[in-house]
Amino acid sequence: MKLVTAIIKPFKLDEVREALSAIGVTGLTVTEVKGFGRQKGHTELYRGAEYVVDFLPKVKIEVAIKAEWLERVIETIETSANTGKIGDGKIFVASLEQVVRIRTGESGPEAL
Amino acid sequence: MKKLFALLGLVCVLLLPRLVLAEDAASAPGIAAPAAVVSAAAAPRLDSGATAWMMTSTALVLLMTIPGLALFYGGMVRKKNVLGTLMQSFAITAMITVLWMVAGYSIAFDTTGMEKGVINVHSFFGGLSKAFLYGMGKDSLTGSIPESVFMTFQMTFAIITPALITGAFADRMKFSAMMAFTALWSLLIYAPIAHMVWSGDGGFMWDMGVLDFAGGTVVHINAGVAGLVAALVLGPRLGYGREPMAPHNLTLTVIGAAMLWVGWFGFNAGSAAAADGRAGMAMAVTQIATGAAALGWMFAEWIGKGKPSVLGIASGAVAGLVAITPASGFVGPTGGLVIGLVAGVVCFWSATSLKRMLKYDDSLDAFGVHGIGGIVGALLTGIFAVESIGGTQGSLLQFMIQLKGTAITIVYTAIGTYLILKALDWAMGLRVTEEQEREGLDIALHGERIE
Repeated sequence: MKLVTAIIKPFKLDEVREALSAIGVTGLTVTEVKGFGRQKGHTELYRGAEYVVDFLPKVKIEVAIKAEWLERVIETIETSANTGKIGDGKIFVASLEQVVRIRTGESGPEAL
Repeated sequence: MKKLFALLGLVCVLLLPRLVLAEDAASAPGIAAPAAVVSAAAAPRLDSGATAWMMTSTALVLLMTIPGLALFYGGMVRKKNVLGTLMQSFAITAMITVLWMVAGYSIAFDTTGMEKGVINVHSFFGGLSKAFLYGMGKDSLTGSIPESVFMTFQMTFAIITPALITGAFADRMKFSAMMAFTALWSLLIYAPIAHMVWSGDGGFMWDMGVLDFAGGTVVHINAGVAGLVAALVLGPRLGYGREPMAPHNLTLTVIGAAMLWVGWFGFNAGSAAAADGRAGMAMAVTQIATGAAALGWMFAEWIGKGKPSVLGIASGAVAGLVAITPASGFVGPTGGLVIGLVAGVVCFWSATSLKRMLKYDDSLDAFGVHGIGGIVGALLTGIFAVESIGGTQGSLLQFMIQLKGTAITIVYTAIGTYLILKALDWAMGLRVTEEQEREGLDIALHGERIE
């Protein structure tokens, strides 16, 4: 099992969700986050006081999937979240040791 | 704190008999208060048109403080201090209402012992014969309006002036110290300055010929300079210049600025104390100067810093309102246009460059906008005054009189404010603790927060 975490541009969320649903992903978790990468931040100016805002708003999605789905999911996120401009985000993949469905107590791949 | 309450209690006890007498006098028919403007020649008569406009103006000016100024300031602070900032304006409104009734009105507008051209103690302080509004009955008149309306109209000015100062010490003053400061400042600084400028023949600055239609010296220079002194005495906010202190919600600020703009018609046109051509001219120049100042600030910022900001245009509008305040009722449309433009550009400079140059933390620019804007307006009134509007023609001589009035106000309020703050610092402390300041005034002082 794998946990795919992707940081994407907020306005791309719906597209990514739809694309993932289309390939059969049945659930994901979304968090509003802030951070910076190569895109850097921007400056704000209030009555002459200049603030450099380093952290830009992004959306983090987390998808837990069976290992054999990994390539498809990565490819789907990569295509649907892409704008070609700096700041499109990153995808992180980690191995997932255990998953439990709380309602039924099922565990392992059946719980996904 | 206990000492303060004890003192306050004592004052109330001493003044209580007057309160009872005041009620008696009010209910006794035929006893009218000797109003300032009453002349022996013709018995003054109530003008219902003027009265209707003045009651409307009073409501408009109250709207400027709550919610106008409260929102204007509330949007500019960080999220952890927004309730504390709104609370300051609201609590000041409530407290000054009571203080004005108890003694403030009397110190400002009691004309006992005043005589044209004679300088005595009553040129600076009104007596206490109107304390607890003694003698103000249903039929008392001030000019052609009921004294009750005049008193309430002036009360709303007494309310907004200390509320303006709160912008200078935002985010760091103890609520208890703010209340004590406001009470003392209102009675010892605001009321005397209002008396010197507005009480009529025998008033110190009135006799000098200082022109101040709606409060350039009394309200804006007074509050702005007091704010600067308070910012210097309290010191900068923790992390000032290093940590981000961006406004948390400029939507509130824009709504507040818009309410100030609308309410200001009551402030300026209402200061005619009549519904006449002069009031109409005051309304017109108020609108013109405000538009010009908003554009002045916006273009100065656009050229100087690259972008026309929302906070900038809103601040510019307020700067224009401030600057036209003393001039409305004296200047014509062209004068209003020039005063507005100059105020917009100069206040942009004072709020952005001067403050950084001198390194004081006037958090929301009470001095940069109200102090500087007030000075610009007070001085230019002396140049652009038109005789056919307010009875005085602009001239170098009048400019010098305006300069003198401005200087006297600055010196009186700077020294007085400093002494009050130092005394309170000794008696109760002015600033919240470092932990409270970090946590935010909302939770630390009021036990609430917005989310």
